[in-house]
Amino acid sequence: MHNSRWSEFAVESLIRVLGFSTVGLVALIFVFLLREGLPVLSEVALPNFLGRAWYPTFGSFGILPLVLGSVLVTVTAIAIALPLGLATAVFVREVAPGWAREILKPMIEVLAGIPSVVLGFFGMTMVAPWVRQTLGTATGLTAITGSLILTYMALPTLISVAEDALDAVPKSYRDAGLAMGATQWQTIWRVIVPAARSGIVTAAMLAMGRAIGETMAVMMVTGNAARMPTEWDALLRPVRTMTATVAAEMGEVAKGSTHYHALFAIGIVLFVITFAINMTAARAIFAKRRRGGLR
Amino acid sequence: MVTDAEGLLKHKICIDNLHYSYGDEEVLKGINLDIPARAVTVLFGPAGGGKTTLLRLINRLNDMVDGTKMTGTIRLDGQDIYAPGTEISSLRRRVGMVFALPLPLPGTIRENVLYGPRLAGMKDAAQCEEILSRSLQQAAIWDEVKDRLDDAAHRLSGGQQQRLCIARSLALEPEVLLLDEPTSGLDPISTAKVEESLFALRRDYTIVIVPHSVQQAARVADYAAFFLMGELIEHGPDKQLFTAPKEPKTEEYVTGRFG
Amino acid sequence: MNRHRIQRLGFVLVGCASLLVTAPILLVVASIVVRGASAIDWEFLSTMPSQGMKAGGILPAIVGTLWLLGGTALICIPVGVGGAIYLAEYARDTWFTRAIRLAIVNLAGIPSIVYGLFGLGLFVLFLRLGTSILAASLTLAIMTIPVITSTSEEAIRAVPVEFRTVSASLGGTRWQGIRRIVLPQALPGIITGIILGLLRAAGETAPILFTGAAFFLPRLPRTLLDPTMALPYHLYVITTQVPGMPQQVQYGTALILLLLVLSLNVIATVIRSYFRRRRQW
Repeated sequence: MHNSRWSEFAVESLIRVLGFSTVGLVALIFVFLLREGLPVLSEVALPNFLGRAWYPTFGSFGILPLVLGSVLVTVTAIAIALPLGLATAVFVREVAPGWAREILKPMIEVLAGIPSVVLGFFGMTMVAPWVRQTLGTATGLTAITGSLILTYMALPTLISVAEDALDAVPKSYRDAGLAMGATQWQTIWRVIVPAARSGIVTAAMLAMGRAIGETMAVMMVTGNAARMPTEWDALLRPVRTMTATVAAEMGEVAKGSTHYHALFAIGIVLFVITFAINMTAARAIFAKRRRGGLR
Repeated sequence: MVTDAEGLLKHKICIDNLHYSYGDEEVLKGINLDIPARAVTVLFGPAGGGKTTLLRLINRLNDMVDGTKMTGTIRLDGQDIYAPGTEISSLRRRVGMVFALPLPLPGTIRENVLYGPRLAGMKDAAQCEEILSRSLQQAAIWDEVKDRLDDAAHRLSGGQQQRLCIARSLALEPEVLLLDEPTSGLDPISTAKVEESLFALRRDYTIVIVPHSVQQAARVADYAAFFLMGELIEHGPDKQLFTAPKEPKTEEYVTGRFG
Repeated sequence: MNRHRIQRLGFVLVGCASLLVTAPILLVVASIVVRGASAIDWEFLSTMPSQGMKAGGILPAIVGTLWLLGGTALICIPVGVGGAIYLAEYARDTWFTRAIRLAIVNLAGIPSIVYGLFGLGLFVLFLRLGTSILAASLTLAIMTIPVITSTSEEAIRAVPVEFRTVSASLGGTRWQGIRRIVLPQALPGIITGIILGLLRAAGETAPILFTGAAFFLPRLPRTLLDPTMALPYHLYVITTQVPGMPQQVQYGTALILLLLVLSLNVIATVIRSYFRRRRQW
């Protein structure tokens, strides 16, 4: 009896420690990024690091083109994914007959599970040639190719969070809309979607966090030219994201070199961006959860 | 009811000046009540009177609820059950509980009945069989389930499930059995069967029950206590409370003028 | 235009959007299945690559991915499920619990390449594990923990609270109630969550790029401290790093990876629906 009391205490303590561990992990990740990345600030002047040229071999570590590259590809992807995802969420939740839902949901789950490299491979072999032919670009490996692939990688998150948001709108809203003589369609767009507004914004944010951190597929289809994407047709030209830079270059740098530290510094930037996005999204989710449902 | 040599009632549970609140809401306002041993005591009154809370305090089930405050004492055989160092698990084995809804645990009938004994370390197969048949018989359900002890418990009817739950509590051979509106979800026939099994148990156990109607209170009680808005208005032997209540409020409630 | 006609048009429009979302999924899967199927035979699955990976099989990549999956599972299951039990059963609503929840949301949102950097910094260099299966598994595990924790917590919370009360009323301690009632009931949901987490880990490349993945190895890994080839990284290598690669080999490799992930997906779905039907509450 006493023995079992003790082992129970041990198990419960272990569970507590495991529960606390996630906080420790986030801190640990940040600490190690800082440890390996901050030295770049003493090795490279700040204007250089925030500059417009990324030529590590020549001592230029300007991350601006990479940041803009990530932003361009991501924002374009979300701009396509948001209407598409919202319409799909509306279809699945409000319009689709049961059998269509039974087909759509598992397919979106499948999409969520397809490895990044497989989508990247598909992008290289199918999407890139299509982009080159239809848009008449010099190469198929462009920012828009990356955005198209990212759109589909962001869709599962977007759809499922948006669906939850629609689902959390009280049934009474629906009934009220219909009772006032509105059609189902009018009720959806004038009552339900506005009521779910902040949940849909959250969905878009989480999807953006996903997209900006995506690495392999983007690296495989965007052409990886580290140049400022500031022309009006930047979407149709090759571009280089932060994630692709780290993935492509970390394998070849000497540990402890300035280049190595600079790549970790990019990691810090990515961490901070996604941290900010997720914190904001989480705040919305938790605040709504307390009021009963994400809306 | 058990009396000692001088003809005085023997008390199993003594509740002294018990106050209890959830947050700012006081639900028990200074309860003093002695519960007689080996008898059926009913705690009755309109909803929200604090009866269920009181039941849950007697086997410390409310320990799991956050944000509560309690003063006063509850003693079981003279021992303060809230004294520091009290073994809560063994207290709950001595004081069994049956809930308002039949709540069979996932698993078979056999697993349900033996859940408590097994937690207490019972391993001997023959003893387990004995406990199984004894407690199912005591709960007056043995004949209905003896041939299908390994069927899923949730397949039983509501009334059978509730008697299974009583059997599950009895398997631990508790000294006290607390029942919180045990027949509230049941049809009249099942209710009669549950009451019948309680009747058979009353000489061996101290039973405290929150009934689901005044009629049931009058049917099963040896001793009764009337609760209103967290206060104990009146208590005494059943005859007194149901036929000649001293307090006007009790009379109004018993005769059906409110509640 | 009359509003009912608008409604019909609108429904068609959102239906088309759904089609636009799902059709490419079918296209991806179908094109890889069609072009990859002819590459796959027993030799492809069971032999080492030859002629600069342009011929032969992908055995070391398959074996490597299984090693990584095993290592990841070993680490992330106890931590993830333990954390879920804590959150669902022990944590009260304090600022610290909220901090844990925020940490989980953030862990889930950290880019996989950042996990790769972290793994390189902590496991490979600081702890001197080198580029190894162990370092890569640890990295993948940390990435998978939030997935497992949140799905498991949901599964545990779905078990009716009354079972815990009943268990306590029968003299059970909190842990006994959890172990004998709650966990067995939540198990299908927990397993589903574990599979979904591992499925993600199986397809990841970025976290293992600098922590354990090898371009090419002439033999299978022998210990946890060896680097290893892995399916997703191998696919990346043969599609971007090796010129003149036969398309058939690329599609074959993509198909194997896709099959691995899809079959895990199917298993998770089957478990979920099977046990949902058999649930006793």
